[in-house]
Amino acid sequence: MSAILPPGERLWWKQPLDRVEAIWILIAFVWCMVMFFMMPYWHVYGKQNLSTETYRTTPDMFAKKAQAVIDKYTVRTETDEKIPVVHPPAGEDVYLIARLWAWHPILELEVGKTYRLHLTAMDYQHGFSLQPENINIQVIPGYEHVVKVTPNRVGTYAIVCNEFCGIGHHKMVSKLYVVK
Amino acid sequence: MATSTEQFRVCPRTGLQYHRSAELLIKANAFVAVVFLLIGGVLALFIALTRWQAIHLVGADTFYMLLTAHGLDMLIFWIIFFEMAILYFCSSTLLRSRLATPRLGWVAFALMLIGSVSVNFTVFKGESTVMMTSYVPLPGHWSFYLGLILFAVGALIGCFIFLGTLVVAKAEKTYEGSIPLVVFGAMTACIIAIFTIASGAIILIPTFLWAAGYISHIDPLMYRTIWWAFGHSSQQINVAAHISVWYAIAAIVFGAKPMSEKVSRTAFLLYILFLQLASAHHLLSDPGLSVEWKVFNTSYAMYLAVLASMIHGLTIPGAIEVAQREKGYTRGLFEWVRKAPWGNPVFSGMFISLIGFGFLGGISGVMMGTEQLNMLIHNTIYVPGHFHATVVIGTTMAFMSLTYFLIPTLFNREMILPGVAKWQPYVFGFGMALFCLAMMGAGTLGVPRRHWDITFAGTSLPYEFPGTANLMIATFAVAGVIAVIGGGMYVLVTVGSLLWGKKLDVGTYSNERSVLRMPVASALTSHGTTAGFAAPGTFVFAMVFLVAFVLYYFVNWKYLSTVWGLA
Ligand code: HEM
Ligand SMILES: [Cu+2]
Ligand SMILES: [Cu+2]
Repeated sequence: MSAILPPGERLWWKQPLDRVEAIWILIAFVWCMVMFFMMPYWHVYGKQNLSTETYRTTPDMFAKKAQAVIDKYTVRTETDEKIPVVHPPAGEDVYLIARLWAWHPILELEVGKTYRLHLTAMDYQHGFSLQPENINIQVIPGYEHVVKVTPNRVGTYAIVCNEFCGIGHHKMVSKLYVVK
Repeated sequence: MATSTEQFRVCPRTGLQYHRSAELLIKANAFVAVVFLLIGGVLALFIALTRWQAIHLVGADTFYMLLTAHGLDMLIFWIIFFEMAILYFCSSTLLRSRLATPRLGWVAFALMLIGSVSVNFTVFKGESTVMMTSYVPLPGHWSFYLGLILFAVGALIGCFIFLGTLVVAKAEKTYEGSIPLVVFGAMTACIIAIFTIASGAIILIPTFLWAAGYISHIDPLMYRTIWWAFGHSSQQINVAAHISVWYAIAAIVFGAKPMSEKVSRTAFLLYILFLQLASAHHLLSDPGLSVEWKVFNTSYAMYLAVLASMIHGLTIPGAIEVAQREKGYTRGLFEWVRKAPWGNPVFSGMFISLIGFGFLGGISGVMMGTEQLNMLIHNTIYVPGHFHATVVIGTTMAFMSLTYFLIPTLFNREMILPGVAKWQPYVFGFGMALFCLAMMGAGTLGVPRRHWDITFAGTSLPYEFPGTANLMIATFAVAGVIAVIGGGMYVLVTVGSLLWGKKLDVGTYSNERSVLRMPVASALTSHGTTAGFAAPGTFVFAMVFLVAFVLYYFVNWKYLSTVWGLA
């Protein structure tokens, strides 16, 4: 009579389905397929797909490449710590270092232009969280992740760390500028 | 306790048959589970009141430490101890069998207890503030990983005792026909658990050796991939377990029988078949993994496991509706709902659990688990908003409801404070639902999870979150306090009943046992007929669910289409 007793018929698998169940299974299945095909569809027609371009790297290697870009394109420094603000030409490779507990350097990008943003972590895992845009990407030591970004609005953005990275986690925050 | 002959009693109130050694094990596991729930609940209060920036109760070190402990005590220790109790109950009591190797059951229990206590010890000493995920290379003390390994070994033994008991029951012919659906569901949970614990071992053993200094490096991405094969699959154990509990409660309260055994069992099988590397869910915004791998695995092989949950979500209320209609509540579409025993916490808790799990946990989970949409919420507080809906409203509330049923039959006590018990599911369910919604709201606005100070005081380049975000945080903190009160009501009633509840007739222990019979009489009468439309009210609910699901899903795509271009 119930789910805590054996099925009432020995050949329970031969019992026909009620229409409520059959129709619902069909609807649910179709909906699942729609959701499944949305993902490949967006890869073809959508403009927001996270790149998978990734290289193995070490803190030294990455720091050297990042420093070269900083040396070349720093336009000014900010705050008492003199954090460089880097304004590379459109289309350039830009580097962002995540480390305990800072993002380095500050980037200044031009609206509507596409950049290759290289991300890695020097020590623990960190979380790249662009606010208020709310784009979130995991940053993992040993992996250099190249994400193509195209800012679409001028403004001052923040980069918050949203992966727990130790006791100073909540102090890990920086800026990113998008200019004309 | 261990006598040479097996001893059984039949509960005079429910007719359930208990094997004495199994009974003790069930009680011990359930009791320890509730103790961890209590600890976790107290921690929850501190965490919630710290995230509310206006109160900011504890300092940063303490906050991260308590958050680590809360995650572990709740998600791992409360849930898994209780699941052990469920496995023993389903195999020995529901199948009317003796439990295989009860002594080994105590070994498992001891390992789990030692493991969980030592994990708590190292966390509260402040040596392992690494969150329950302990992402390498964040350093935890070696005893942290060792404790988790011991706990897992204990749980693994428990799983084998469950399977062993199924074998014993079959060999000793303690039941007729096929095993009941609820036992089948528990078996699903058990099989997934074995796979899950194996993944846990594969990653935690090297991590333990790393923490102890024997291995120099563990690849963080590999760690994440295997850790989540453990971490996410274990959520599928919870789902299989709490869905079994829903079926059990529908059966106990209404005598509801599954609308179709075939459909419900196949749906359980889908969980096993399409579990895959469910870790993909958690790696959608990670570097280094291919799009094909993410897309295929995240949806659990084309959403077929989601399909299974949608099926259970219909068949359980559907079964209740059919049972109620047979009792004569046939007026209109919804008389069966109105006339349900809303004052009985066994039922109300289960029903709130089902609705909350589906609407809040299910819809948000599918949204998060979509490859591109994941970028919008990854690591924001939306994520805990989602999983408190699944693992608290879903799993925890289902287990709570089951306890109300177990107090008179397993523990042989009359429940104290029935008025408190009656309100408990509503207080807890309302608090938790609001808590989840507000967390999801805050996450949509970008508020990070596991974060002590979103005002970024003392930093040189602070960011100010929109005012609504602060409102959302205050809301979830208040709702969290309400939920903690609801949780406290549960602990009060259950533990209080064990201490002060009136002792009830236990029945007598003897060596006689009866066979679990197939329910013959009803087999043909109740639904021999073919395709009717037996549960129209449930179908309407399902449509409402579908509309909410579709709307929310596409609203998020719309939102995604407005953010920066990414390629
Ligand atoms: C009683 C009411 C509860 C309240 C008020 C509550 C509150 C919270 C809060 C505020 C967080 C922190 C979110 C963050 O800052 O990232 C959290 C995290 C968490 N909670 Fe709960 N919780 C409750 C019950 C539960 C239960 C019953 C479970 C499991 C069954 C659970 C599992 C977790 C987990 C796994 C985390 C994540 C820890 C981490 O990020 O490592 N909670 N909870
Ligand atoms: Cu960080
Ligand atoms: Cu961080």
